[in-house]
Amino acid sequence: MDQEPKNIIDEVTQSEYKYGFFTDIEMDTAPKGLNEDIIRLISTKKNEPDWLLQYRLDAYSKWTRMTEPTWAHLHHPPIDYQDIIYYAAPKPKKELSSLDEVDPELLSTFNKLGISLEEQKRLSGVAVDAVIDSVSVKTTFSATLEKKGILFCSFSEAVQKYPDLVKQYLGSVVPSDDNYFAALNSAVFTDGSFCYIPKGVRCPVELSTYFRINAANTGQFERTLIIGDEGSYVSYMEGCTAPMRDENQLHAAIVEIIALKDAEVKYSTVQNWYPGNKQGEGGIYNFVTKRGICKGNNSKISWTQVETGSAITWKYPSVILMGDNSIGEFYSVAVTNNYQQADTGSKMIHLGKNTRSTIISKGISAGHSNNSYRGLVKMTKRAENGRNFSQCDSLLLGDKCGAHTWPYIKTENKSSIVEHEATTSKISDDQLYYCNQRGISTESAIGLIVNGYAREVLKQLPMEFAVEAQKLLSVSLEGSVG
Amino acid sequence: MLTIKNLRVAINNKEILRGINLEVKPGEVHAIMGPNGTGKSTLASVIAGRDIYDILGGEVLFNGKNLLDLPVEERAAEGIFLGFQYPVEIPGVSMTNFMRTALNEQRKYRGLDPMPANEFLAKMEEKKKMLEIQAKLTNRSVNEGFSGGEKKKNEIFQMAMLEPKLAILDETDSGLDIDALKIVANGVNMLRRPDNAFVVITHYQRLLDYIVPDIVHVLFDGKIVRSGTKELALELEEKGYEWIKAGLAQ
Repeated sequence: MDQEPKNIIDEVTQSEYKYGFFTDIEMDTAPKGLNEDIIRLISTKKNEPDWLLQYRLDAYSKWTRMTEPTWAHLHHPPIDYQDIIYYAAPKPKKELSSLDEVDPELLSTFNKLGISLEEQKRLSGVAVDAVIDSVSVKTTFSATLEKKGILFCSFSEAVQKYPDLVKQYLGSVVPSDDNYFAALNSAVFTDGSFCYIPKGVRCPVELSTYFRINAANTGQFERTLIIGDEGSYVSYMEGCTAPMRDENQLHAAIVEIIALKDAEVKYSTVQNWYPGNKQGEGGIYNFVTKRGICKGNNSKISWTQVETGSAITWKYPSVILMGDNSIGEFYSVAVTNNYQQADTGSKMIHLGKNTRSTIISKGISAGHSNNSYRGLVKMTKRAENGRNFSQCDSLLLGDKCGAHTWPYIKTENKSSIVEHEATTSKISDDQLYYCNQRGISTESAIGLIVNGYAREVLKQLPMEFAVEAQKLLSVSLEGSVG
Repeated sequence: MLTIKNLRVAINNKEILRGINLEVKPGEVHAIMGPNGTGKSTLASVIAGRDIYDILGGEVLFNGKNLLDLPVEERAAEGIFLGFQYPVEIPGVSMTNFMRTALNEQRKYRGLDPMPANEFLAKMEEKKKMLEIQAKLTNRSVNEGFSGGEKKKNEIFQMAMLEPKLAILDETDSGLDIDALKIVANGVNMLRRPDNAFVVITHYQRLLDYIVPDIVHVLFDGKIVRSGTKELALELEEKGYEWIKAGLAQ
């Protein structure tokens, strides 16, 4: 009967990151530091058109005049932006036309993750754009998708093949000077994913991208652009895990989504990057700008995220509801353990009439971690009859962690309705005892209770992701108790 | 099956159980009665293994194993079930998922593979039917928004699913109307077998009209002061607990 909370909390901190391994692949690496020459190098390496180079240089110049934001409830040592390598690409031995030609090291990495490309291809019918560091190594299924007119490829490839689409939409939702990290990304992004669903097309498969951060001292600056043309539908999944590292790794991605008239885009993330060790050393710094715009009437954008990794998470997937009757949704589970810090939430900017938004945020904190919800719901003058419902719940495990909520609400018209609900709870000893008495161990009980608590969000995930996410929640909180 | 010898238990330095002796054999139904605050629920909790008590002395053996050495979930897997007086709510966790986890963790402890999903679901249906439990009960989250009666029925349902060797029902009758009481009692009667046993803790004799005990114990001031046949319960009902107190004073 030695289930004293203290012992069990100690146990949590002893559970090591389960995906800590490192793939040894020959890298093509730029020198450390950031200046115009590095940006030119990136652009040249990627054989980019001049307008894109100019876009990067412009962003860089803006970035140099900006300062890192300090308003988030996050603490970390200063980031030395000159001590980061901004370009690293794995060198393929030759052009790849089938999986057999993929670097065996790489395949074994995927196997360790349990997401081997073969398996993905054969079993789940999911097209995978696997990104190792900054360059897409292999894109599958694009040919099949192309028959429907769906474009799904790496960002670099899109720059070469569909420059007009990229030029039209790049930076249209997240301007290059939107924020400090967005400016940095706009200057130095190396690769990412591009997706275009043509008019009236319903994408028949879940589009999926697995990201990995894989080289020491290499910041990863992903760029994702998703365009849902009129009346289209796509469900897009992003999931990732990173190898164990001692140094902090900076990650500053941008995801832009454009939903035109009657289009629906559903974006799901399971994020499990290395959170640092039990003393809070190492781990990924994740500063991400994710934003979608419901540009046309009756369009819909839905964000679902399960955040369990990273030492620091700074992330506010948002929707600009521009079209009348458009819908924005944000479903989030954020788990922090040990010394992890998360400042995450959403922004719903209502511009159109009869626009509706929903925010469901479930924070779970354990160990010495800090978990903050920060959100903005804005009803502009034009947004007549706008509706928002927000629910922000916090669950605490143990007595050394923190949960914080900063909801901002701004309404400029009288016909809109904004509702906000918030709760804070702990897993009670009575609940654990009840589970134990039925034969359920404390660890399983916490897994059950936490998954129950997060159910509203998990059920929004595509099936294959939901199972993974449930396991991840249990693993992330292994042994912790309130 | 269950042997308790001179068990002494305290909480916050206050001695609640002051030398309990109890022997429960397979096939028996024991009733433990007594006024409020005499240690009935404490006894149930100590057998189940709640860790808020100090065991001052004595032993609790279950089929030869020293229960006091085992954590709560292992006692459960050994075959001890506690029907709670106040079952807790677990929001978001479906009864189906909860039961499957419980059943399979107990099976794992006993070295068995998890029960196949179809077999499990069939078992759920069978037990629901047997206990006249509506289907919707198991589609809901564990005890969430259940009425008092539904919670108690749900305890009996879980008992039926887990098929314990020894079930302790802690004031399962409290707060039940007569119809719910009958359903609970019928459930217990249907689950009675020569190889399992029940300890029914109750404040009133009413429940014992439906669950007929083999032995009735009266717990008073931390000790079992009287044991007898079911007639003892009737006598107690008639004369009240003052009668026990008077008897002790003499």
